[in-house]
Amino acid sequence: MRVFQSLLIRIFYAVILLTAVLILNFSLMYLAPGDVADTISQSMGGADQEVLDQIRADYGLDQPFLVQLGRYVGRILHFDLGYSFFYNDPVTKLILERLPATLLLVFTAQILALVVGVVLGVISARQPNGIASHFVTMLALFGYSAPVFWTGILLLIVFSLKIPWFPVAGMQDVTIEGGFMAHALDVLRHLVLPAITLASIFLALYSRLARATMLETLGSDYVRTAKAKGLPERHVVYKHALKNALSPVITLAGLQFSAVVSGAVLVETVFSWPGLGTLAFHSIIARDTPTILGILFFSALVVIVGNLLTDLVLRMIDPRLRGRGA
Amino acid sequence: MSNRVITAVRARSPVAEAWDMFVRNHAAVAALIVLFLIAVGAVAGPYLYPTDPFDMVWSPFSPPGEHGFLLGTDYLGRDLLAMIINGARVSLLIGLAAAMVSIFIGVTIGAVAGFYRGWVEEVLMRITEFFQVLPTLLFSMVLVALFGASLAMITFAIGVVSWTAVARITRAEFLRIRELEFVIASRASGAHNAKLMFAVILPNAMPPIIVQSALMVGTAILFEAGLSFLGLTDPNVVSWGQIIGSNRQYILDASYTVTFPGLAIFITVLCISLIGDGLNDALNPKLRQR
Repeated sequence: MRVFQSLLIRIFYAVILLTAVLILNFSLMYLAPGDVADTISQSMGGADQEVLDQIRADYGLDQPFLVQLGRYVGRILHFDLGYSFFYNDPVTKLILERLPATLLLVFTAQILALVVGVVLGVISARQPNGIASHFVTMLALFGYSAPVFWTGILLLIVFSLKIPWFPVAGMQDVTIEGGFMAHALDVLRHLVLPAITLASIFLALYSRLARATMLETLGSDYVRTAKAKGLPERHVVYKHALKNALSPVITLAGLQFSAVVSGAVLVETVFSWPGLGTLAFHSIIARDTPTILGILFFSALVVIVGNLLTDLVLRMIDPRLRGRGA
Repeated sequence: MSNRVITAVRARSPVAEAWDMFVRNHAAVAALIVLFLIAVGAVAGPYLYPTDPFDMVWSPFSPPGEHGFLLGTDYLGRDLLAMIINGARVSLLIGLAAAMVSIFIGVTIGAVAGFYRGWVEEVLMRITEFFQVLPTLLFSMVLVALFGASLAMITFAIGVVSWTAVARITRAEFLRIRELEFVIASRASGAHNAKLMFAVILPNAMPPIIVQSALMVGTAILFEAGLSFLGLTDPNVVSWGQIIGSNRQYILDASYTVTFPGLAIFITVLCISLIGDGLNDALNPKLRQR
């Protein structure tokens, strides 16, 4: 029951955060030079002041800030993020079409980075001066210092242009025939390079933290006790120590969600991955404000949901957290 | 033990002591030298190598080393070396300036939150969490797209989204230090709040803030590279990310046009993070005994 209650608090808090994002979104739109009337008149090839005023009155742009804000929030509650004059489609439709691709990329990259990062961290913690340990240090430096879009392009050059193992761009091959499995395999093949690229930034971060916390837990009393009891080394490392070393790494991963979504924008652009990032890239070139702001809203939503999921996972692996509030 | 007594007797300045520790980290020293050379190149380079980075000097995609162009030419036949030298200015300048903006915001918010506590802290920390939820790159893309891609706007857009880590660190330090005896003593002797915050507590909170600030410069350079890779940059200047962004369609013909500017970013940020490690060793007294 307490788990349920604390989850409700988290969700309530998430709603407040999202409302704040909406207010920010609207303020940006309000403050930015140029409005819908300008966009429409541009697409008509110019219009005189009278027509502009008429459009502004039609869209309620002549109303005070708070009235406009209220209407904006009201529209969002009806899942109406506005209309894209560039794509000639409702923004919600545009975003929902591309959201699954981004979610697939973001979560695959996070899980890949976590799994490989923790494995590397554990290996290097067991031999603090071994080769694996130095590898983790090097990897951490590379992951922090290399611009992610550059890493992506380099991988693209090597594993797609020079050695044609993986497709150059996109998420699926339209010429492929066959059932669900054939299509899933095809998407997987397209996913490999973008996911590795995006994971490369965070892999370094997670492996470094996993190494540090594993070193700490391996030196703690209860691990020594477990060893003294005669438990096999593997059992102690993976059942006792790892379980405790995992929480900080997962907490860190949760904090990284907004960075992962940011990185996804660049990675998607490099690999023409049909997600929110490429949509953002194209709508910024086209100065399509409603779409840009819709993406900002949805990406904040992805981060918040990611944080909630992280919280759930943490509660599952760490009983001490269960029933604790926000 | 005797060593520590001797150091105390010599009464060396903390800066000199930190420098001694820093110098022991050879990688950090090497990185400092390389970064210094890069900075010199950014300042003096355009005079030493005066080719205009916007000039078409040869046919496109002349490979590196041929026709007298060390790094070759790009898709418009521009001298890649001249572009990278001139790009260094923008990348380093925006990196530094944006880091300063974010450190200023972060330290101010963290200091006020940690010093006043109570509802002030609550409100400021909620604002910090709000900024942690917004995907930083997307938010600054929106800012630059809506308000124009001037260098000042780009600097502001990077700074305003990346201060949260500095704010959290500063707040934690302030919460710890404000309870220490010397702070209570100066409060008792009548120091007002502003003096307590910025003259008494802040100097003692500096070590972790300095380390984080060094890393911030690297992050800001990567950030600017990302924005200009996406085309969100001042069209009148060259920057490293922009060279990669504008040449990336031609990687099949000329992968070097992407490799070299990327290496420039990579080496610069690598140096900064190595220096950050060195500063961490030098300024974090807990690690000194290791």
